[in-house]
Amino acid sequence: MSHAPDHPAHLAHHYETPRQQFEAGKLGMWLFLVTEVLLFGGLFCWYAVYRANQPEVFLAGHRYLDKSLGGLNTIVLIVSSVTMALAVRAAQLGNRRALLGFLAATFLFACCFLGVKYVEYSHKIRDGLLPGRHFQPAAEKTGAGRVPVAPADAPPDAPPAPAPADPAPAGAPAPPPGAADAPRLVPSAAGPEGLAPPPTREVAAEAGRKSVHLFFGIYFVMTGLHGLHVIAGMIVIAWLFFRARRGAFSPSYWLPVDLGGLYWHLVDVIWIFLFPLLYLIH
Amino acid sequence: MSTVEAAVPGAEPRSYLQEGRGIRSWIFTLDHKRIGVLYLVSVMASFLLGGLFALLVRTELLTPQRTIMDAQTYNQMFTLHGAVMIFLFIIPGIPAVIGNFVLPLMLGAKDVAFPRLNLASWWLYVVGSLFALASILIGAVDTGWTFYTPYSTETSTAVVPMTMGAFILGFSSVFTGLNFIVTIHKLRPAGMGWFRMPLLLWALYATAIIQVLATPVLGITLILLIVERVVGVGIFDPALGGDPVLYQHFFWFYSHPAVYIMILPAMGVVSEVISVFSRKHIFGYSFIAGSSIAIAFLSFLVWGHHMFTSGQSPLANTIFSALTFSVAIPSAVKVFNWLATMFRGNIVLKTPMLWILGFIFLFGIGGLTGLFLGALATVIHVHDTYFVVSHFHYTMFGGPVMALMGALFFWWPKFFGRMYVEFWGKVSAVVVFIGFNVTFFPQFILGLRGMPRRYYNYPPEFESLHVLSTLGGYFLSIGFLIAFFTLVHAIFRGKKAAANPFGAATMEWQTSSPPPLHNFVEAPHVGDPYDLAGLVYDEASDGFRPAAKEGSS
Repeated sequence: MSHAPDHPAHLAHHYETPRQQFEAGKLGMWLFLVTEVLLFGGLFCWYAVYRANQPEVFLAGHRYLDKSLGGLNTIVLIVSSVTMALAVRAAQLGNRRALLGFLAATFLFACCFLGVKYVEYSHKIRDGLLPGRHFQPAAEKTGAGRVPVAPADAPPDAPPAPAPADPAPAGAPAPPPGAADAPRLVPSAAGPEGLAPPPTREVAAEAGRKSVHLFFGIYFVMTGLHGLHVIAGMIVIAWLFFRARRGAFSPSYWLPVDLGGLYWHLVDVIWIFLFPLLYLIH
Repeated sequence: MSTVEAAVPGAEPRSYLQEGRGIRSWIFTLDHKRIGVLYLVSVMASFLLGGLFALLVRTELLTPQRTIMDAQTYNQMFTLHGAVMIFLFIIPGIPAVIGNFVLPLMLGAKDVAFPRLNLASWWLYVVGSLFALASILIGAVDTGWTFYTPYSTETSTAVVPMTMGAFILGFSSVFTGLNFIVTIHKLRPAGMGWFRMPLLLWALYATAIIQVLATPVLGITLILLIVERVVGVGIFDPALGGDPVLYQHFFWFYSHPAVYIMILPAMGVVSEVISVFSRKHIFGYSFIAGSSIAIAFLSFLVWGHHMFTSGQSPLANTIFSALTFSVAIPSAVKVFNWLATMFRGNIVLKTPMLWILGFIFLFGIGGLTGLFLGALATVIHVHDTYFVVSHFHYTMFGGPVMALMGALFFWWPKFFGRMYVEFWGKVSAVVVFIGFNVTFFPQFILGLRGMPRRYYNYPPEFESLHVLSTLGGYFLSIGFLIAFFTLVHAIFRGKKAAANPFGAATMEWQTSSPPPLHNFVEAPHVGDPYDLAGLVYDEASDGFRPAAKEGSS
């Protein structure tokens, strides 16, 4: 299309002013973020229903997560949000070197987040805490397999240490092959209110450990989907980096950096909800 | 303006249909009009496919026993009918076909806010459809279009490709909605305040809000369903520690608003057509506009009425029932305003108007029977019977499909610059209307007598009504075939259409038919979209033109 002389190259032909294009882009991005919030909203709803019905499962499950690694990742993401905000500022001021530096820093922090996640996931995988039908916990780690035979044993107080410190409790063998078809549901220890005396702490803890696979289902789906969003954000940041290196942005046109920043902050905010909901349970 | 358009002063500008030839100029186009046509072709192909499945289902039900297929195939056929019609046809139907084409024109804009996103939305539609088609080839789904758990995680049919397809189609729908919201907010011309917008835009805006807010929830639900099926995570399947009613809540949190995604744009079409063919200003503009927003708002609060018999608490049932009844208020506001628009109007019974009158009649029946289903006592009797099937088709077929057909006949001259043969257009509308009632009215009676939905065989006493319904279905299909041939014939053999053949005052009729690439050669005049008095009939072009400019050009 031929552009009118007063039509800058970055202004699409169907917009009349750069301001109109800027506002449209911002509104579009916010609406997209709304859809993202609703996408995760379904997961948070799933979490809320299950946590309300079976709190003991979450109490038992969160013990296998490493609070310090989760906390480290929270700090990493918050710092990356700061560098992203500084990148937007640098783009607005037209400081290309600062823009490139802050985008690179944000990208590195994102890599760092995924690296820590890799360490956490590989621990889980080694301990057989994968969700669904891949849930094959090593007995000394969980104190309960899928078969409800394990006698009550004190839950591990500390997050699983690399060394196999706990002596294996009696029982809790890996289920025989073919047992996967048997129902794995252990009735909620809470039970219908008013029908039975409330269970003792020990009974609740025992029930929680038996259904702990539900927790890891939630843990892996929620952190997994969040991880995919981190990767998508990294692709966006890399794209912004290469555009910025070609000098695509200027004080009169920095909308894509701003939009990428908004997306990155959303990824950050979702983690800030995930961290306490999964790691910090009492 | 670009040099192409200004080449020959006074001559007809090159239309968007002439800008570029070959398949690549279409499938990679950023022009909202061409994307509308792409959607038109793909959505209509889906309609034919879904209609074929429906005819197979109806044929099977001709006799109480096996007629043409076994029970498993029957289950697959009604599932495919539902899934294809809902996800591939009605949801994208009016917004993506009519909305894409007309919305920027009605705003006097050159395009939607994000043309690339618009094209991406069509590509996602194609990819999603391919997934759905793949599932038909691999092992057609037999769960019903609702994919209820735990059956959908146990059946051996291809649930994953079908739900993956629905997930992708959901994104296509979200992108269309997002685009429309931003376009309406940011590309309205100077002088067009919110309350001077054509009512179709209000309806599309309300639709887009639902698309953006509800569809992601369906997306995550289907992802969870796939995760449960593939990995075995306990989410919805009680055998794995999951909760099947949670699935129903998630599913209907989207799928109830989704029926308003289908009906709201249809109501917008009615508001446009009814005023033009009553030759009268729309009655109660702000109430019709506001009721669109009210319906969008209420649509999020009534999903529980799909679970009246699924073990919801009586308190929740009561609240959902009351909220369901309240949807009747904005719906009735619209219907009464349309009737008041027609009252003492100079009604012109052309093809679009016939389809739209069919809409009002059928949607009236569909809406009123919805109240039966919202009532907690009645629904126990008719739940999961043909009464529900019939109610659903009166609202979703009698509503959006009639309106889509009316819209196609109304905007066809603008799409392709050609007029269809009025006689055959009218015949198709009448045949479909009669066929529709013969098909679906007996189903109300069947339902009240206890015929459950989705059953393969039935007691012999239901046979006569089933036969009547099936014959009605065949008659109905003939009506659609006539309509399709009339429309396709118009493209190749139709008389050239005037810029404003029906005398409408919205802005899309101020440009030539079909419009040039950038929609308007000179900036359109922004005025009252329903001020029909300012238009006079011009015999030379067989169209209308503004009275004020008489003799000026």
